[in-house]
Amino acid sequence: MKIHEYQAKEILRKFGVPTPTGKPCFSVSEAVEAAKSLGGSAWVVKAQIHAGGRGKGGGVKVARSLDEVKQFAANILGMTLVTPQTGPKGQVVRRLLIEQGVDIKTEFYAGLVVDRGSRRVCLIASGEGGMNIEDVAAKSPERIHRLLIDPVAGLTVEDAEDMARRIGVSGSAVVEAGALLQGLYRAYDSTDAALVEINPLILAAEDHVFALDAKMNFDDNALFRHPDIAALRDLDEEDPAEIEASKYDLSYVSLDGNIGCLVNGAGLAMATMDIIKLYGGNPANFLDVGGGATAEKVAEAFKLMLRNPELKAILVNIFGGIMKCDVIANGVVAAAREVRLSVPLVVRLEGTNVELGNKILTESGLPIIQAENMAEAAQKAVASASTAAGA
Amino acid sequence: MAILIDRNSRVMTQGITGKTGQFHTRMCRDYAFGKNCFVAGVNPKKGGEDFEGVPIFATVREAKEVTGATVSVIYVPPPFAAAAIDEAVEAELDLVICITEGIPVRDMVRTCAKMEGRKTRLIGPNCPGIITPDEIKIGIMPGYIHKKGSVGVVSRSGTLTYEAVAQLMEQGLGQSTCIGIGGDPVNGLKHLDVMKLFNDDAYTEAVLMVGEIGGSDEEDCAHWVKDHMRKPVVGFIAGLTAPPGRRMGHAGAVISGGKGTAQEKLAVMEECGIKVTRNPAEMGKLLKSVLR
Repeated sequence: MKIHEYQAKEILRKFGVPTPTGKPCFSVSEAVEAAKSLGGSAWVVKAQIHAGGRGKGGGVKVARSLDEVKQFAANILGMTLVTPQTGPKGQVVRRLLIEQGVDIKTEFYAGLVVDRGSRRVCLIASGEGGMNIEDVAAKSPERIHRLLIDPVAGLTVEDAEDMARRIGVSGSAVVEAGALLQGLYRAYDSTDAALVEINPLILAAEDHVFALDAKMNFDDNALFRHPDIAALRDLDEEDPAEIEASKYDLSYVSLDGNIGCLVNGAGLAMATMDIIKLYGGNPANFLDVGGGATAEKVAEAFKLMLRNPELKAILVNIFGGIMKCDVIANGVVAAAREVRLSVPLVVRLEGTNVELGNKILTESGLPIIQAENMAEAAQKAVASASTAAGA
Repeated sequence: MAILIDRNSRVMTQGITGKTGQFHTRMCRDYAFGKNCFVAGVNPKKGGEDFEGVPIFATVREAKEVTGATVSVIYVPPPFAAAAIDEAVEAELDLVICITEGIPVRDMVRTCAKMEGRKTRLIGPNCPGIITPDEIKIGIMPGYIHKKGSVGVVSRSGTLTYEAVAQLMEQGLGQSTCIGIGGDPVNGLKHLDVMKLFNDDAYTEAVLMVGEIGGSDEEDCAHWVKDHMRKPVVGFIAGLTAPPGRRMGHAGAVISGGKGTAQEKLAVMEECGIKVTRNPAEMGKLLKSVLR
């Protein structure tokens, strides 16, 4: 799960990570009031959307007067912000963060993520702050420093300060930077985060350090023990189809093609998308109904796919193991009747009770196109979709 | 012969009294030598009782001492599953297979750290389990789709593994052992560990390796195969069409920071002498083509 920058900073402050003083705002007048109460002579008006690269899309502005705060807030609030991470459709800005301006002396990068190979949390830091860390990794990998953290010992003072020195922090700032990194790790560990990224981490006047930006993602599987974090979920930032899917415990990702896929199991679902593409089609979605799908889940999955106006065909690919093919076939037939299916439906069943399942499909009287294997199913779905698109 | 498990393995079920644990223990006992193999259940509150004749013990250690079981399979719900693995490791079992899906990554990081230097091997979590056809199945895969043979199968998926097995069967090819290592970012045995075991197994003649986007497990395995593997290996990677930054069902199936793409994995595998296909319907045929 993702949260906004201002929410991430609120969490980080609880763990002793210094950030600029700021306030979240939902209207222009709130933004001006916030700037007044923060005081000072410069403010940063920041669009709050989940995607990164906000500055590049015009979603971050430095205001030198209250009039400018008003003007920038009015421009940004409600705009559709397009960044390299939002995709071409962009994301509407509904929230702002107004922060006190801070003089930047030097920019650094710090992040925490699980390193799968070593099975440990990895602290990644660099003296190249403010840039896309993936670009830094590609251009000058020697400028990226890594430290694997022992989950029992945590991030020690010595290791944190050593890392601060390695990225170029010196003098009295080392102690503060080390403490900041320790705070980041404590926040990551205590909240079951999946990612913490501070870009940039800055050295400001009088050698104080701050997290100027903050990004936090969380492990969905651990939200059950963090109701306070689960409450920060912002549905405006999510795809409506994916929100609907999550209600029925379906794993769904919208894509930009026109062939809907309904599959049991994540690996088989990805492979089904791949084979559609291989035969010249384009998948409209990833949809895993679970290894042990039920008839009800299949029905909900159909409704979900049919919300997509671009949909030209549906491909159902089920390997019935524990869940029997006849049960799935009944679910498919019931769902197709209930939703008055308007696009061609290709079904491939394999596994337990496959003959019975295929018999149910045939005898349903519905115009279901049956296929014996994955390749045939994909070819038939691609052909149906292109015929429907041409009609 | 096979790897990790055979008809002589003795298995306990942790979480035997839950709905999933009951159902799959029954299915596993009905498969091949399962009645002899599944000898104990564990539930901290139901020690002394039994499940359809299988004695239940309060602790893993007690189950091991009384029955001689050295393998455990775990169906415990996600909030408690990592602790169940810890208990099996503490009791020095040889092998633990964790089926449970949805364990927090933080729990697995801690459990894996505790496992360092210990003898116990872990398969999973979030996996279908392991089967040595016509001898023993430990997990949730449908047993009847398999038959004994000489192809080793290692995969991160569930149903995609069944698909691969069905394609092998269409070619008349049985399997030595099939292992689903699971779809989580932090797990036990990796492709590489399983590949080493297949290399040393006299009964395995070739290996089908099924991977997916995310991490660098498949690349690590491919590099090892290039220098050490004495048997042909073929592979498929799911997720060529997956968009970056989106989690595709499995917690570990995500392309992050441009890393872990299917293209990259397939390229490395090919460089290392592994025959790959980009068509998931061709896995069985490809394996057949490399057999001598």
